[in-house]
This record gives sequence, C-alpha cells and structure tokens, in this order.
Amino acid sequence: MSPELLIAIVASSAAAATPLILAAAGELVAERAGVLNLGQEGMMLAGAIAGFAATVTSGSLALGFVAGMAAGMALALLFGVLALTLQTNQVATGLALTLFGVGLSAFLGRDYVGISLSGLKPLALPLLSDIPVLGPLLFNFDPLVYASLAVLAATHVLLFRTRAGLKLRAVGESPHSAHAIGQPVIGIRYLAVLAGGALSGLGGAYLSLALTPMWVEGMSAGRGWIALALVVFATWKPWRVLLGAYLFGGVTVLQFHGQALGIEVPSEILSMLPYLATVLVLVLICRNPRTILLNQPMSLGQNFFPRG
Amino acid sequence: MVRLEPRPEPSRRMMFASPLIAAALMIVTGYVMFALMGREPWQAFHVFFVQPLSSAYGVGEWLLKATPLMLCGVGLALGFRARAWNIGAEGQLTMGAIAGGGVALYFHGVDAAWLLPLILLAGVLGGMAWAAIPAFLRTRFHTSEILVSLMLVYVAQLLLRYLVNGPWKDPAGFNFPQSVMFHDAALLPLLVDGLRVNIAFVIALALLAAAWLFAYRSFAGFRMQVSGLAPAAASYAGFSDKRNVWLALLIGGASAGLAGVGEVAGPLGQLQPSASPGYGFAAIIVAFVGRLHPLGVLLASLLMSLLYLGGETAQLELGLPSSVTGLFQGLLLFYLLAADLFIHFRFKPRAAGSSEAT
Repeated sequence: MSPELLIAIVASSAAAATPLILAAAGELVAERAGVLNLGQEGMMLAGAIAGFAATVTSGSLALGFVAGMAAGMALALLFGVLALTLQTNQVATGLALTLFGVGLSAFLGRDYVGISLSGLKPLALPLLSDIPVLGPLLFNFDPLVYASLAVLAATHVLLFRTRAGLKLRAVGESPHSAHAIGQPVIGIRYLAVLAGGALSGLGGAYLSLALTPMWVEGMSAGRGWIALALVVFATWKPWRVLLGAYLFGGVTVLQFHGQALGIEVPSEILSMLPYLATVLVLVLICRNPRTILLNQPMSLGQNFFPRG
Repeated sequence: MVRLEPRPEPSRRMMFASPLIAAALMIVTGYVMFALMGREPWQAFHVFFVQPLSSAYGVGEWLLKATPLMLCGVGLALGFRARAWNIGAEGQLTMGAIAGGGVALYFHGVDAAWLLPLILLAGVLGGMAWAAIPAFLRTRFHTSEILVSLMLVYVAQLLLRYLVNGPWKDPAGFNFPQSVMFHDAALLPLLVDGLRVNIAFVIALALLAAAWLFAYRSFAGFRMQVSGLAPAAASYAGFSDKRNVWLALLIGGASAGLAGVGEVAGPLGQLQPSASPGYGFAAIIVAFVGRLHPLGVLLASLLMSLLYLGGETAQLELGLPSSVTGLFQGLLLFYLLAADLFIHFRFKPRAAGSSEAT
C-alpha cells in the first residue's frame, strides 16, 4: 500500500468517524442520566439541514455548525417536553422524533437540493504536520475531527471527574434516591438530553458541511442508529466510543477505497458493511448479559415522576 | 397554576379520544403551515383530504396505499403489545419484495395457477427470514431488536439496489435499474376493472380479522399481551419470553413481507431500486395511532394512506412539496404521544395558598 493511499484512508476514516463520535458522545451523556433517546437520526438530519441552510445563506461555516447544534437542541427539547415533562414512553417518543426529523428535514431541505459548498478545509497543525509521513497522516484533519476528540475527553472529565457528572450519573442509576436527597432529577435529565441534542446536531451539520458538503434527503443513512449502537458497544464509557467510531469509520471508507485496494465486490455490498458490523459488535458485546447489566445505567429508559 | 396528577386508573375514554385529539391537532398545525406557505388553507385541505376521494379511481388508490400500511401495521401492533420493538418492517417488506419478486422472475412466462400463491408465500417467508435474525440474536445473544432490525433495513435496501443494478436488471431496459415487468400470471388480480386496488386489500382485511382473533381470543395472544403489560407476572406464570419475542418478530416479518410482495406483484409490477416510500416506518405510526388494535390499525392506515395520497395531489395541484406528508405523519405521532398523557394523568388546579410545595 502506498503512503498516499494510506493517508487517504486514514483521513477519510477520521472524517467518517467524527459524526459518529459526536452523536454517540451526546447520546452517552443522555443515557448516563437514564434517558434513552432513539431520536438520534432525526436530530442529526435536523442538524444537517439547519447547518447547510445557515451556511448557504450566510456564507459562514461556523454559523452553520452553530445552527446545526441549535436545531439538534430544538428537537431534543421537544423530546424532553414529551418524555420528561409529559411522561411519554421514551422508546415511542424517540421513534417519533426520528420520523419527525426525517420528514421535517426533507420538507425544509427541498430548496437546498443540488447546491454544493466548498466545505470544511483541513487544518494542518503547525510543525507537527511537517513531520514526513506521520505529519499528513495524523495532524492534517479538519477542525471538527480534533474537536470531536476534545468532546470525548470533556465528556469523560465531566462524567467521572466533576460533581455535576456524579449527580448526572446518580440520576441515571437511581432517580428516586437522587430525588430524595434533593437533586432536580427532571432538570438534570433535561440538561443531559439538550447536550445530547446539541452534539447530534453538530454531528449532523458535519455531514452536510464537511463529509459530503451538500444536502441530500436522509443523508445521515442510519448514522444516528449506529451511534446508538456505539454507546452500547462502548459500555457507556466515552473513551471506548473512540475505538468503536474509528472501527466503523474504517469499515465505511472501505467502499470508497475498495477498488484501490483490489477488492472486487459491488459497491452496494461493500456499503452493507457498516450495518453488518454494527450487528456483529452488538452481538459480541451483548453476548454476555452481565456486561450490559454491570454497565448500563440502572434507570435507562424509565420515566421518573416526582411525587411529593 | 395547574399541576399533573396521576389518575387512580387509566381513563378508557381518553384511550379512544386521544387519536382523535391528535388528528385534530395535526389538522390545526396543517392549517397554520398551509397559511405560512402562502396557500389558502381551506383550499389546501380540500386538495389534501377531499379531492383525492372524489373519484372512484382516487378511492381505489386510497385503498391500494392503505394495504401495505394495514399489513405492516397489524404485524407491528401485535409485536408492540408484547413489547418486542421490531422497527425494521421496512427491511422485512423489502426482503418480501425481493423473495417474491425473485420467484416471479425465475418463473417468468410460466402461466400456471400455482405461481401467484408461490410468489406470495415466498414474500411472506422472505419477510419472516429477515425478522428471524433480530429474533435469534435477541433470544440467543440479548442484542437489542430495535437496533438489529433497523440495521437490516439498510442491508435489505442495498441488496435490492444491487439486484436491480446487477443480476436481475432487465437486459432490454435501456440500462434502467429495474427488472423486467412481471407477466400477468405473476400479478395480483385487480378488484375492480380500471382501479389499481387489488386482491391484497382483501387479504389484508382478512388478516386484520385474524389478528383480532389471535390477540383477543387465543391463548398465545393472551400470553404475548401479559408479557408486554406485566413481564414479571408473565414469567411467574411460566410464559416463555423467548417464545413471545420469536412470535412477535415472525408475525411482524411475515405481514411486512406480504406487504412487500404485494407492492411488486401489484402496483409496481416489477422490481425497482425501492419497494416502498417508507410504508414500513409509517406503519410504526399506524400501530401506535391505531392503539395496537386491529380495528384501530385499519382506521389509522386509511388516515395515513390519505396523507400519502393528499401529499401527491397537493404536489400536482398546488406545487406543495411531497415531503409535507412525512412531516404530517411525524406530527401525528407526536400529538398522539402528548394526548396519551391524559390516559394516565390529569391536570388539577393548584389551590391558591395551599401549602403543597415540598
């Protein structure tokens, strides 16, 4: 394998992994607070179209990413009002959010089909990117790739090194105990869900502003669901999301570089790989029920109604 | 101020009222949306909900589009009753289309009475086989049937796209990604000449009746419902959780597979890159709006089908984007979930000056 090909594969794996990392980190925070939000796919699509529309209108990529986050949060707020305040079933509400997000983004995006943007440029880290081979291999990504790593680190620190994170995890493990000692369970869950929405929206905006800088209906192509699977794969630990996401990133780019690598398989079959890989890793992780029991937040998916 | 208070027992009246409230709220939202898009709302409503049904052909189309929704919806409803969250009906539908379509292509030109039943059977088995994967992985390896069934949607859609672009492509089709048109013996007979609605609608009605018998009059249906409502009681009574998961997914897969083969052997008449405009996902909404009850599924399917049809008419007549349909469908489910709140809770005015604050 030539160095150029290797660099191309690493760069596109990182780009493919980045939206997964962002969405999975967001979902991980929400799930740690005990909230299962199956609306990832909908929030990503909302982020993708909002980000794309904002950038096309304003010409600013930064504004696009902010708009993507805002759109993700808006949908997350809708989920929160229903599932947290109005006590609806989290599974059904999350599905509704995804179906709604698919419909809403297609509706809002109808005027943006066929426009293309120049997209996010790689940011070569000074000095480091000048190292031969390793430089372009590891230090020449777009800013969001680095940002996604920072998000994961921040998630880890927040959850495991701060009081706020301790409270959030307490709410996820036992909302009733947290409530009994005076913690605002619903308020903390709202914050977690909104943070999750912001990150999913950002991941979605990355799709339409960097990965493939254009708007296509349903362009997230199941990435929101893969992010949900990644959280299980990561056994609710942020750093393991990184491993999983890059694994998926690598599998995803196989379809683009399959020809160059001498793989003679129709592209449709290669495109199945990320989905099949998701099923495979779920089987490997869930095979031992104790792995899930020991790691999954105890109150995941259960509503909490503050009484008294 | 008002506050939420749990009802002592679920309100039966709200059980039935909440889908109607949801539909009413959807229509109000539609009014506002049409107005915002600069259309005369009442005219838009007329185009959306009345005009499609003002001709016999329109009614035929309405029932035609309701058929896959009824089939997928009733299968999902039975599964959801047992809390088996099969959300991959779209993939099972696609596999049904592939399996049934494959048989139709294999026996292309064979004029025999056994061909159509064989095609339908293949479709049913294709959908069941696809649903058996999440069932097996859930019961054997404890994986989430939600994620597995959903991942398999994408795999099935890619497989269909591969087949119509490759081995099953019509060689005389000017390189379009589609198979040859099926011959007459492989197509579902029409109910009325001149309308496209076919015998699959009658089969779907019969299956709704059978689903009602199964859910309310059979022991297996009772077991599924108990494990959905009270898993602990079900396991105490010795009802096997695994058997319920298998049953729920296989029923869902079989009916979605039938819906898929019904599309390719019906209105499509050939295999195309996509077998459905998302009926399998819309059926999730149908199942919930239909209260997981076969009769409710019928009514919800007719409403959702009208949304598809109205969306098409509005696109032609008013230049409204067809994506309005998806938006309405998503809104409908949201409103339903919100209205369902009143089944278990009620608002109670907070008495002024009460010392309830904690």
